[in-house]
Amino acid sequence: MRHRSLPGLTGLLLALALTALPAASQARIIHQENSLYSNIVIDKRGPVLCLQFSVRRDQRNQSCMNERKPKEMVFDYARMMMASLLIEPEPKRILTLGLGGGTLPMALDEIFPEVRQDVVEIDPAVVRVAREYFRFAPSERVNVFAQDGRVFVKRAATQGETYDLIMLDAFNGEYIPEHLMTREFLEEVRALLAPGGVVAANTFSISDLYDHESVTYQAVFGPFFNLRTDASGNRVILAANGPLPDRAAMAERAEGLADLLAPYGVEFAPLLDMMDTTPDWDPDAAVLTDQYSPVNLLQGR
Amino acid sequence: MAAIIYILAFVGGFSIMSLELLGGRVLAPYFGSSIYVWGSIITVFMLSLSVGYLLGGRLSLHQPTLGRFALIFLGAAICLYPLVYFSEDIMVWIFERVVDPRYGSLLASGVLFIVPTVIMGMISPYSVRMLVKTTDQSGHVAGILYFVSTLGSSLGTLATSFYLILWFEINTILTLLTCGLLAMAALAGIASRFGPTLPRSQHAAPLADAAEEAA
Repeated sequence: MRHRSLPGLTGLLLALALTALPAASQARIIHQENSLYSNIVIDKRGPVLCLQFSVRRDQRNQSCMNERKPKEMVFDYARMMMASLLIEPEPKRILTLGLGGGTLPMALDEIFPEVRQDVVEIDPAVVRVAREYFRFAPSERVNVFAQDGRVFVKRAATQGETYDLIMLDAFNGEYIPEHLMTREFLEEVRALLAPGGVVAANTFSISDLYDHESVTYQAVFGPFFNLRTDASGNRVILAANGPLPDRAAMAERAEGLADLLAPYGVEFAPLLDMMDTTPDWDPDAAVLTDQYSPVNLLQGR
Repeated sequence: MAAIIYILAFVGGFSIMSLELLGGRVLAPYFGSSIYVWGSIITVFMLSLSVGYLLGGRLSLHQPTLGRFALIFLGAAICLYPLVYFSEDIMVWIFERVVDPRYGSLLASGVLFIVPTVIMGMISPYSVRMLVKTTDQSGHVAGILYFVSTLGSSLGTLATSFYLILWFEINTILTLLTCGLLAMAALAGIASRFGPTLPRSQHAAPLADAAEEAA
């Protein structure tokens, strides 16, 4: 009896949800699966395909792609991550933690035909979904690893690997892996960076976590560029293994990169304006460590 | 005396689950938080508890006293506290030798948690032995005891995941757990000295009969 009545109930709830949210009713769920790590939902609204890690309607999208313009980066945060190229304009090796729809690795693969990339994603189902729905079909220069990012970073460091650009994009809105936000983790990431290499982290601009995360990056990297869009709650941290370039140098690099990045909807002028190093957080907040990292509790505040 | 046994069982249950939850945090920097890391931890804890139950039951055959019960808590505390100092080095050692994080996490949780958890597993059967006076009430007593110790476990889980990790560092929580176990050892020790003790024959005889019947 019980297993028969459940689909009926789900259907009823879904119908209620759809009538209650007329704006959302145009979005059609085209794929849904419970993976080991999350509830993967792909919906489609017009030509825009979006990946979410929960069915909750207020859940922010992880990754979106406009099928008519598949290269164009739909989200602020993806463009903000690309601002890392103003600090390191010629990366040779790139590491990305967290695949999502594969937007960033795909773009970098196309933009830099010489670059070798490692992409680490904990959830094999996300890798499959990115390939199947989000046109994630990179060249053979891109290696994808289905494992925990921290383990990959620690192992790579012991093997003496280095990267010029490291993208940290492993957080979804629902749950933050605590061990990917600590001072020890960031020290391991820094040890993987070549001199002058850059780390770009996609994270959150709201909640109590902001102060703690900021002082932790500050403790490991010193001053960093802090890009925020408060409307969408996005925050990208750009930190370097070495001194940060000045604005003139970055503007010059922006000119050189403009044509390459234009097809992806990345314009550097507004990004340059966002690249600020002024601390706007509580400097007395506790640094997050492997011993103290209640990030999901802090995020909820 | 019964109240003291229940307090001991409660703290035992609390400490086991608090430690299990911290286990995930301890292992994550080296082995990640993939599902198999939790699989390793839960496997090791279940296995350790099962062995602990066996050993605790065996131990209770030999003149169970509160004094000996105190030694179980003392032993658990002594085996738990070194985690504060040595878990990092142990995990580095394993990380360098075992590449597959599944077996790395299984080995690490084994090395770190088996001994204290086996000892804490001994608490429940030993408590049953201390409380049961006749075969008639043995099921009832065991039921209350499981209730109390599992209630302790659930509160240990809740307190650790909701509050303790927000207030303290992992090593501080491990130290607090050690202090809790030491306090229970002291409580049992003091009670054994000053509390009323039943003559051995009174509580041993009915169980001996039952064992004969069963055989």
